[in-house]
Amino acid sequence: MAAGHTVTSFDPCRVRADTPLLTRVVHDRTITYLDSAASSLQPRAVIEAMSRYYELRHANVHRGVYQTANEATAVYEGAREAIARFINAPGGANEIVFTKNATESFNLLAKSWGTANLKPGDVVLVTEMEHHANIVPWFQLRDVAGIEVRFIPVTDDFRLDLSNIDELMKDVKLVSVTAMSNVLGTINPIKELAAIAHRCGALLAVDGAQLVAHEVTDVADLDVDFFIFSAHKMLGPTGIGVFWTREETLNAMPPFLGGGGMIADVRIDGYTPASGPARFEAGTPPIAEAAGLGAAVLYLESLGMANIAEHERGLTADALTRLAFEFEGRVRVIGPGDTVSRGGVISLDVEGVHAHDVAQVLDQFGVCVRPGHHCAKPLMRRFNLSATARASYGPYSLVRDTDVLLEALGHAVTMFG
Amino acid sequence: MSNLEDLYREVILDHYRSPRNRGELTSPPAIRVEGFNPLCGDEVVVYLDVRDGVLVDIKLTGHGCSISQSSSSLMSAAVKGKTIEEVRETIATFKQLMTVPRSSPDEKSEVTPVDLRALGELAALQGVVKFPVRIKCAMLAWNTLGQGLDELA
Repeated sequence: MAAGHTVTSFDPCRVRADTPLLTRVVHDRTITYLDSAASSLQPRAVIEAMSRYYELRHANVHRGVYQTANEATAVYEGAREAIARFINAPGGANEIVFTKNATESFNLLAKSWGTANLKPGDVVLVTEMEHHANIVPWFQLRDVAGIEVRFIPVTDDFRLDLSNIDELMKDVKLVSVTAMSNVLGTINPIKELAAIAHRCGALLAVDGAQLVAHEVTDVADLDVDFFIFSAHKMLGPTGIGVFWTREETLNAMPPFLGGGGMIADVRIDGYTPASGPARFEAGTPPIAEAAGLGAAVLYLESLGMANIAEHERGLTADALTRLAFEFEGRVRVIGPGDTVSRGGVISLDVEGVHAHDVAQVLDQFGVCVRPGHHCAKPLMRRFNLSATARASYGPYSLVRDTDVLLEALGHAVTMFG
Repeated sequence: MSNLEDLYREVILDHYRSPRNRGELTSPPAIRVEGFNPLCGDEVVVYLDVRDGVLVDIKLTGHGCSISQSSSSLMSAAVKGKTIEEVRETIATFKQLMTVPRSSPDEKSEVTPVDLRALGELAALQGVVKFPVRIKCAMLAWNTLGQGLDELA
């Protein structure tokens, strides 16, 4: 285990002590960070791994033959191996492509795999609870390739409505769904959806951005075909995302961005793309970010994903119960009311108070929540909302954070009441 | 909490709870302009009835936070009955009120101080400038109004 990893069993207070940002004082209050669904906080181990790369090992990867260049390449490729282990990629590191973020991974899926495999009339089936990253690239592909984008509706109790799935599956070549809604917290039945997709001859792509830092992820067990997420929602840095698919699928996909690093050969009459993940990693990649991501994986593994999941479920159950009782119906949770197939994302609609005003009042208590449509406007329209104030937990969250949230919410309700 | 009270003055909360000039005008003849704030999803629709160079009537619909809604309500009260030229002046003055003062000491500020008395109730929105991300909320209706006037020309 790398230096700095001293946590051997799960203790949220230790995670807190490992996370420098949580010592910040804002508006005379210690920060209460409840915005991990937007971006999680980095433990010192991640920050140090990135600093160590810049201070001691900085060089471009896959190029030089000198010592530090070899070390830089080892750090970068080490992160790929760590990610393969973390999500249990059956083919190992050869199946892991690093991108800029989950959004770029979806663009890679749509523009590379989609362009090569979808023809006019083919359907991509997404859901009403998707992030724009899993909607807009498909609309863009529709505009150039004549595909249809279809939506699985969401029920009034915030779950996917699969009652009509057989009809929805007609002409579907790809089902692309989020593993966990970034607004509702709903965890979708990925295994069931994989079985449905495969029975109909379609593939299943999964947006894992909200899930990977909060639950055990096993792409082989889930039997999915594409899995996409970003580092900064799993205690890693911004600027690096992941695209996973099986090796045979990856090798059949045409290149995405062109340039150095993604070629086997370039002549004056054309080029031959590289094979494997390199084919999709044009230009100098995010090396320091990969170092940080590798450290984040080690850190999460040292905490134990099952421990994190259990801890966050406890926090969520506590918050849901208290929210239901303390505000006499003035604060509505937009998401499942219990913790069955549900993660620690709690979207709030405060009667008579706009989400931005809620968030502004909360800020004065040092509470960080995200107001807005959360890049999920079709979902907001579905529930006739323009915005919610969203609180979300991470492994460093404590019941104390919920205490401050409720105190601040009480103030917002009174102020606008 | 003093900053917060500076932002959410009583006048603002009053206009948020009881917005003025809420509703629609038949368009045409009224000019209808939509404004969106894509980042937070705030929406405003402004209806303008302009006759002989005078803004005879203004109505607003839409939804958003207390700052965007109260700002549009305050705006409607401030510009209704004014000549188009006076409306443009009011827009310019309000934009100035919403401009973050330059903090660099070497740079001579070109922003002349806003005459708050001339602004009347609108001056209540001056606290917004301390919360830079909320400036776009306050400006939404005003930018939409400006667009409507441009359509006149």
